[in-house]
Amino acid sequence: MSVLVDKNTRLIVQGITGREGTFHALQAVKYGTNVVGGVTPGKGGTKHEGMDVFNSVDEARRKTGANASVIFVPPPFAADAIMESADAGIELVVCITEGIPTFDMIRTATFLKGKSTRLIGPNCPGLISPGKCKIGIMPGHIHLEGPVGVVSRSGTLTYEAVGQLTRRQIGQSTCIGIGGDPIIGTNFIDAIRLFNDDAETRAIVMIGEIGGTAEEEAAAYIKKNVKKPVVGFICGQTAPPGRRMGHAGAIVAGGQGTAKEKMAAMEAAGIKVVKSPADIGDAIKSVLR
Amino acid sequence: MKIHEYQAKQILARYGVRIPRGEVAYTKEEAREIAHKLGGLVVVKAQIHAGGRGKGGGVKLAKTPDEAEKITGQMLGMNLVTPQTGPEGRKVQKVLIEEGLNIKKELYLGIVIDRQTGMPVFMASASGGMDIEEVAAKNPELILKEFVQPGLGLQPFQARKLAFGLGIAPELINDAAQFMVALYKAFEDTDASLAEINPFLITGDSKVYALDAKMTFDDNALYRHQDLKELRDLNEEDPLEVEASKFGLNYIKLDGSVACMVNGAGLAMATMDIIKLAGGSPANFLDVGGGASAEQVKNAFRILLSDQHVRAVLINIFGGIMRCDIVASGVVEAAKSMGIKVPVVVRLEGTNVEQGQDILRTSGLNFIVADGMKDAAEKVVAAAGAGN
Repeated sequence: MSVLVDKNTRLIVQGITGREGTFHALQAVKYGTNVVGGVTPGKGGTKHEGMDVFNSVDEARRKTGANASVIFVPPPFAADAIMESADAGIELVVCITEGIPTFDMIRTATFLKGKSTRLIGPNCPGLISPGKCKIGIMPGHIHLEGPVGVVSRSGTLTYEAVGQLTRRQIGQSTCIGIGGDPIIGTNFIDAIRLFNDDAETRAIVMIGEIGGTAEEEAAAYIKKNVKKPVVGFICGQTAPPGRRMGHAGAIVAGGQGTAKEKMAAMEAAGIKVVKSPADIGDAIKSVLR
Repeated sequence: MKIHEYQAKQILARYGVRIPRGEVAYTKEEAREIAHKLGGLVVVKAQIHAGGRGKGGGVKLAKTPDEAEKITGQMLGMNLVTPQTGPEGRKVQKVLIEEGLNIKKELYLGIVIDRQTGMPVFMASASGGMDIEEVAAKNPELILKEFVQPGLGLQPFQARKLAFGLGIAPELINDAAQFMVALYKAFEDTDASLAEINPFLITGDSKVYALDAKMTFDDNALYRHQDLKELRDLNEEDPLEVEASKFGLNYIKLDGSVACMVNGAGLAMATMDIIKLAGGSPANFLDVGGGASAEQVKNAFRILLSDQHVRAVLINIFGGIMRCDIVASGVVEAAKSMGIKVPVVVRLEGTNVEQGQDILRTSGLNFIVADGMKDAAEKVVAAAGAGN
């Protein structure tokens, strides 16, 4: 089993004729994702690498029955692309784009209120249900089908955790990169709720980082609602305050958002918190026994 | 992106936020002239990108133009140390000369983006002039908050609510509310991530002023604000960080001895953490990005090694889209052309990892190849220690 995406996912790629869009659309097809087409305004009606191109998301959805979209559109136009997908009634929108202005995302979040669209990201690697469906930029081959749900604010650090699991022959139900920006569509709690409700997910890996209070809120949620074992790691334990550590959202500001506070809150919620990123795999192995 | 107080005030003034009369001086002679023009008591304020300037002696009163000249002479070129600069301080290169005002009440106004709600939040507090982070930690009830609907802006009723909450006299409520509405407008128009007026001043003659102003802008939105981009002051940034930014490298200098080069921000932070756990201390944060070229690896190397404190380098790459063999070739090429003298530990994982490791082993260079993050951290810390 898996959450959000599986063999029934019908994916379109927004920005399919761009360099990134083309590359990752083909990678997704290779992995077995059902890519039903793409959107590039003005290039509708053409074929790109064997895939149908449409002028708008609405047109693509009507003609292909798409229920998911992945966005590879440059930052100035990405918020618009998200809203277009939501307006067309796409259920799952995954925005990979890094560098979207915060105010664009604030306005987008307001636009999405009351709509049924779920947004993953932006500034994220996407999500994958191993063996079934890959939406995003993660390397498919490091994943293995299995019982662990992974949710993370990071990209390559998620690969690191997944690599440790796969090396121990522990597979993943779904891995969700929720993104490194301050304003994101799906947060830790949303993802953890999905894993908690998924019968096949037996344990959860939660990888947070400095900045904001999303991990603390998730810890409170887990304490109250989650019986499945959760392993947690927070990166940025050595990050200096007041500096933005690569991700727009990774900043300790006003004394808030430190790794120490997050780790303490998670431990208090019964999460098995590892200090070292190298210990994630073994920690999951121990809770699955 | 951070800017100076005088720049923030100039922006706010365009939106109708009242600021004291004043000008920037780069020399003591200019300071004297400005003080003379302003007349009466003036304030000399060091312009650096850090708060707490008053505590470090960066804000001083001058009764006469002579005194303004003397104080400016002392301030320019001095290394101003404040609670926010760290012990090394910042060199003062310009000062703001402003008219002295008759202070009746000092309040606080600030706008930030609230991550939990995804909305801008306008904060006000009667505890102005103080360290607002301390107020937030000890007495959060003393900070009033209004969430702002993006696009609609701060509504006058919300501003009045805050103004009344601050205990502002009824005859001044409308002035204060207008001030707040203007401040919010400036915030959203400029894609700011922070705007702070501390203190927000009420004078003896019943006027409201921004006595200090701080604004920070969203780097991701600067492409649509060419005018703001020009306000960047490279003197306030670390030279290595400025150099790195030219090549699209995300580099932050730290004070340790183990340099690291990593792809991805999260993995880069985790690498710093594991270096510390292994008993070392990271010299930097460096994210080379998802699709770094050989050229970029080379630039990254050059920047890392220009830090004199570096005793060893750890390269930690999880190749997803980025192929390990390409990274390895870049590393070999850079190491050969630059004649690297410190030990380099390389940990590669992911796509084409075997080919990558082969390239390192057969390069004829003395790379230390590591297996996994823990092994890599232990090896690099040992290497850094041995080099001492």
